[in-house]
Order: sequence, then C-alpha cells, then structure tokens
Amino acid sequence: MSAGAASFLEVGRLDELARLDSPIHRLDARAQALTTMAFILVVMSYPRYEVSALMPLFVYPVCVIAAGNLPVLVLLRKLAVAAPFALFVGIFNPLLDRHGVMTVGAISVTGGWLSFASIMVRFALTVSAALILISCTGIHRLCAGLEQLGMPKVFAVQLLFLYRYFFVIGDEGQRMRRSVEIRSSGSRGPGFRVYGHLIGHLLLRAMDRAQRIYRAMVARGFDGEIRRVHPTQPGWREVAYGVGWLAFFLVVRVWNLAEKLGGYFSESGL
Amino acid sequence: MSHHRVEVNDLWFVYPDGTEALKGVSFRITHGECVAVIGGNGAGKSTLLQHLNGYLMPQQGDVRVGDFSLTPETASAVRRSVGMVFQDPDDQLFMPTVMEDVAFGPLNAGLSAGEVEVRATTALERVGMVHLRNRPPYKLSAGEKRAVAIASVLSNMPDVLVMDEPSSNLDPRGRRRLMELLRSFEHTRIIATHDLELVVELCPRVIVLDAGRVMADGPAREILGDEVLMLRHGLEKPHSLRHHHPH
Repeated sequence: MSAGAASFLEVGRLDELARLDSPIHRLDARAQALTTMAFILVVMSYPRYEVSALMPLFVYPVCVIAAGNLPVLVLLRKLAVAAPFALFVGIFNPLLDRHGVMTVGAISVTGGWLSFASIMVRFALTVSAALILISCTGIHRLCAGLEQLGMPKVFAVQLLFLYRYFFVIGDEGQRMRRSVEIRSSGSRGPGFRVYGHLIGHLLLRAMDRAQRIYRAMVARGFDGEIRRVHPTQPGWREVAYGVGWLAFFLVVRVWNLAEKLGGYFSESGL
Repeated sequence: MSHHRVEVNDLWFVYPDGTEALKGVSFRITHGECVAVIGGNGAGKSTLLQHLNGYLMPQQGDVRVGDFSLTPETASAVRRSVGMVFQDPDDQLFMPTVMEDVAFGPLNAGLSAGEVEVRATTALERVGMVHLRNRPPYKLSAGEKRAVAIASVLSNMPDVLVMDEPSSNLDPRGRRRLMELLRSFEHTRIIATHDLELVVELCPRVIVLDAGRVMADGPAREILGDEVLMLRHGLEKPHSLRHHHPH
C-alpha cells in the first residue's frame, strides 16, 4: 500500500471509529453535539490560573470513551499531534508572568507556569471532546445534525467539504513528498525554494481534485442538502444524556469538587 | 424510447485561457447503442464528456439528452438520466461506506429510506459487490472500486451511461470482468477510452475526435482497421485487427 494511502487510513481512523456500534454511537448526533459544545463552553469559562478545578471534568471524556468502546491509544495519538499548537500558545507564559501565586512545599509556582498548565489541561479536555464527538458520530452525521440544530446549511456543507478535502490534500502531499524523496537520492532534500513551489503546486492539484470530487457529487444530484439513509430522531435517551451531562458540568463549575473532596479528606484526617 | 437518445449539434467550447477544446462537434446516439469515443490526449474527449452530464454548458451549439436540451435549468434533469462514471474512482467515492456511497444518488433524488435501500442493494447486486456494503471505499482494490463506482451510478437508474477510461488501472482479470459487466447493460453507453481492444470487443460504433473535431464516425472495425486514419489522429490499429491469419 502506498505511503499516501497509509496516511489516509490513519486519518480515516476517526471515520472508522464512527462506524462502531455502542450506546453512545446510537445516540442522535444533535444530543452529542450540544453536550460537547456545552462542555467546551464550561471548560473555557474558568479563570486563567485554574487547574485543579478542571480535573473533575475529565470524567466526561473518560466515561464517553468507555461507553463508546473507543480505543484510547488512537485518540491519545491524535491529541499528541495537535499538542504542539497548544504548547506554542502557552509556552511564553512562564517567561512573561513570573510572580509567585502559590507555593508547593518549598517551591514557589509562578502565575506563568500555572496558566501554562491550565492551557494544556483545557487543550486536552476540549480537543479530546471534539475527537470523541467525531469518533462517535462521523463527520457526515455530525454535519447533518448541526444543520438540524439550525446551523446555516452553507456552514454545514463547508465543514463537510473541509473534512473531505483534508484527506485529499494529505494524500496529494504524501505523493509529492515521495516523488521529491525519490529524486533527491539520499541527500538532505531540496531547499526552501523548492518547498515553496511544492506547496503552490499542492494547492493547485488539491483544488483540481476537489473540483473533480465536487463534480462527482453534483453528477449524482447533490444540491447542498445533506441527506442520510437512516435519519435518527432524538428521544428520551438523548434528553437524558444531554441533561445528565449538563447537570454534571454545572455542579463541577459551581463547586470546586477537587477542592471539596481534598478538604473533606484532610478534615476527616485521612 | 426517445429518452435514451443523445444528440450533440455543432458544439463549441473554448476554455478561459483561450484553448479551443471543441470546434463544432456533432453526432447522434440512439437507444441502446454502445459507442466509443477515441482520440489522442487533448483531443477534447474529457471536455465533451463534461457536456454530456451538464457540468459544462454549451457555449455554442446544442446538447440534447432525451427530451431535454441542455441549459442551466434542465441540467439537473439531464444529470438524472445520464450516469457518469469518472476516470478515477477515488474522485467518485466519497462517502464513509460503500452502501452510503451507492445510496447517495437515490437519497438526493428524494426517495424514501426503504426505496433507497432497495435501489442501492439492487445496484450492488448488479455489479456483484453486495458483500462489500459496509466497507469503506478507500480500502477496496482498484477493480472493486471501479465496480462500486459503477453501482453508485446505476442506483440512480440512468438511461445513458457515460464512462471515462473505465478499464484504466485494472489488472487483466478486473478488465475482463468489467467488459462482461458493460456488455450486460442495456443502457445507451458512451465510453471514452484509449483501450482500443476493449472497443473492438464492446463497441459496434466509434467516434474519432482530434483537435476538437469529429474526424470519423462509423462502424468500429472499419475505422479501427483503417491504419492511415488511425495514425493520422495519434492512434494505432489495434493488435487484434492486425492479423487476419490464424495464429
């Protein structure tokens, strides 16, 4: 199998996961999308030095992964791929913000480090929630669900295409890289100038291909409407799922569970 | 039946960069015919095919499919009656599973879930690929992909099948199977190809394109056997027509 196809399959793993059958997968995409959005909003609403209060929120991804039979390693790998972005966002905080805000034993922890830790925890929470959402619904069902929730059709279709063409560009990119490798015969490869050309070329090729895919969709009657073979209807299970998690998020947000629990244990002398 | 008819009259098409791709192409294909469109690279085959399912609109001249003259208003009706099989199945198969891909067309046509299911299953049965229904298309072999791509078009129940290089990238067995399949169809078939042996076996009629013009239109054996004509238009007399003596 070609390197291009192999990388394609790796990215396509989320699509594969979306075809699993589990109580979570059977839920209507709308309930899952709303719950994920609420979760992300709650995570984002914490003050910037908060770390410990965020911890109980990990219950959500852990529970859904367990109930959805999702492979933890695959998701962790995807998380690791996105981690450098969060790292870049937060890495300067420890340098810029140097006043101590708390002490752990003899070590004084600066605000910079604390906010950096907070950014990484939030990143892990939100990105894992998004990955879980796609793994449990699949992009197609998700877009259809978002559209039913009132997202303008144009955006839903954009999202769908963005995802589809992401594979396409990855595939083209792999093929071009291979041809560069073959012709650079063991040397360290071409300079930046060549890469500039390659990227321009990649864009053109990907656009061509995207055009052909679009043409194939139009040829089979695609009119901007996302349709599904078996549309699901939300029922009491979806309501219970959404309301249950919302209640949990609110409890965690209003009371700092980690602190309460710690306080309880230290009071009772454990 | 008139709705299986394809008629092209004095069709001209110039690309925005000034390339004249079609310069007055005309032909008429009637119900149930199997016609090959051959010609060298850049002869205008792809541009012509893109007109047949309404992706490109005639700049001058007329394309008629069934009872419709191709205009932006009739394009969707034309697309419903013309099934287009693309050269690269990877361009055509974009849904997460084979079944969903084959169901894509009928779903867009607004059929009920039950009908969609029946249509998709029938189409997959027709090409012998029902066992792959829950597989993701990108994991199939080239031959399987081609068959599924054809099924995804058949499920729309088109009157006319248009195929761009259907035998490309297939191994000999896959190619043989494809030819059996194509032979079994009763649709009007238009096949653009460089595989001249396939033309000899499948298509009684051939249209030769070169530089945007129809250079010859007639019985396949007569045209393919005309070495001078074939060479003049960047083609070659197929091997099977070269030797009339038994081996």
